[in-house]
Amino acid sequence: MKTLEEKHRLATRWFHWINFPILSAMIFSGLLIYWAYDPYRIGIGGLTLFHFFPDWFYNLTGIDHQLARGMALHFVLAWIFTLNGIAYVIYTIVSGEWRELLPEPKSFREALDVALHDMGFKVPLPPQGRYNAAQRISYSAIVVMGGLSLITGLAIYKPAQLHWLTAAVGGYEWARFEHFWLAMGYVAFFVVHIGQVIRAGWANFRSMLTGYDLVEAPDAAVPEEAANAE
Amino acid sequence: MPNKQLTPEQEMARRTRRGFIGLGAGAVAAVAGWEWLNAGYVPEGKLPGPLRAVLGFNERVARSTLFSDSHLVKTYPASAIGKLKENGDEGMADDLDPAAWSLQVMLRGGPILTLNIDDIRKLPRVEEIIDFKCVEGWSTVTQFAGARFSDFTAKFASGSEKAGYVAMATPDGGYYVGLDTASALHPQTLLAWQMNGEDLADEHGAPLRLVIPVKYGIKNIKRIGKIGYGETQPPDYWQERGYDFYAGL
Repeated sequence: MKTLEEKHRLATRWFHWINFPILSAMIFSGLLIYWAYDPYRIGIGGLTLFHFFPDWFYNLTGIDHQLARGMALHFVLAWIFTLNGIAYVIYTIVSGEWRELLPEPKSFREALDVALHDMGFKVPLPPQGRYNAAQRISYSAIVVMGGLSLITGLAIYKPAQLHWLTAAVGGYEWARFEHFWLAMGYVAFFVVHIGQVIRAGWANFRSMLTGYDLVEAPDAAVPEEAANAE
Repeated sequence: MPNKQLTPEQEMARRTRRGFIGLGAGAVAAVAGWEWLNAGYVPEGKLPGPLRAVLGFNERVARSTLFSDSHLVKTYPASAIGKLKENGDEGMADDLDPAAWSLQVMLRGGPILTLNIDDIRKLPRVEEIIDFKCVEGWSTVTQFAGARFSDFTAKFASGSEKAGYVAMATPDGGYYVGLDTASALHPQTLLAWQMNGEDLADEHGAPLRLVIPVKYGIKNIKRIGKIGYGETQPPDYWQERGYDFYAGL
């Protein structure tokens, strides 16, 4: 006999699914802005291994020559990104869900086991609650990154009126550099996240959509309550 | 929907269906919202209305909560000065004839005043080394010298500081900016005639340019020929091409 078990609360799912398109659009409009001055690269000395971004990337995506639109979109959507993020953090604190999300002292060692396991090494998975150690670390880190994106973004947006903030993140040029790499961080997060969602399979994805998992009931008498819960 | 007698599997299936309907509706709403935001967008053209409206809201927030005459932009030592790129020649198509240049000032309410460069150079000279910030994202530490626009206004346009806006244009009208008066009267806003210790070069806006470090470079108009004070938002070259009118830093 199976039963429904709540996995993700309604609020968590709303915050998640609102954030996904908004953050995507923030990255897109950010690229429209970055195109107008694109100095960053990976390289050593005079050797450039990868320039952000090569011409083929601009040609492929067609994001060139749209600075004005990019800025407008960025400064409009930033409101939603910020408000959604702040609401999520407040909700996490008030609901107590932070206990399941924040890394614990043991999380960092366990996360290594999770990573090795996921890469195919024969390492047993440590016991876990709602989120495993690697998830605790990455889902907390992504929220911290969101906060840093807001701070560095404001430092670039109002370096005169918020000069103290711009100074706090290392000045105007550093703020732009940090803001850019945070965006690249989201792209990396997205790639790993999608990979893990695919690996975890259908039931896991379904739980982010519906909030519920179908699990083996420990005892046949309980399912009524869970099935009627909303 | 009645859910009596549903097995957990059926209940899960029902919730999954609802979840996908919700996800689909959300996706449709997201696409519709995106289309609505961007409707009528033309590269280098006018900004779509909803985007412009939020930029206006952002401007009101910035002006009411952030902007202050006491918030000064950071200044730098002379050793930090870089080479400022000349990044636009709109409104400077013709060669400048210094002898023929004059500054037309339209005061609040209409009277027009004509000034020459010596009238302006007699104002107290102020030097500042600031980080000149281009809307494209780069910036260059540059030294400018000139008169505070607030001193200029107090001397030649007393009473006009109560106007809501300041308009400036090149002599041929090919480039023009609109400024909120508060930003124009900021203590670091200069009518500059020197850059990096020398009189302004033609390509940097000789004989007189605006230096307004609380705004992006697009507002720092070169070769000013006309200044006006008024109550309606003046036309602005880059606003007409999709940029924020305020462009305040």
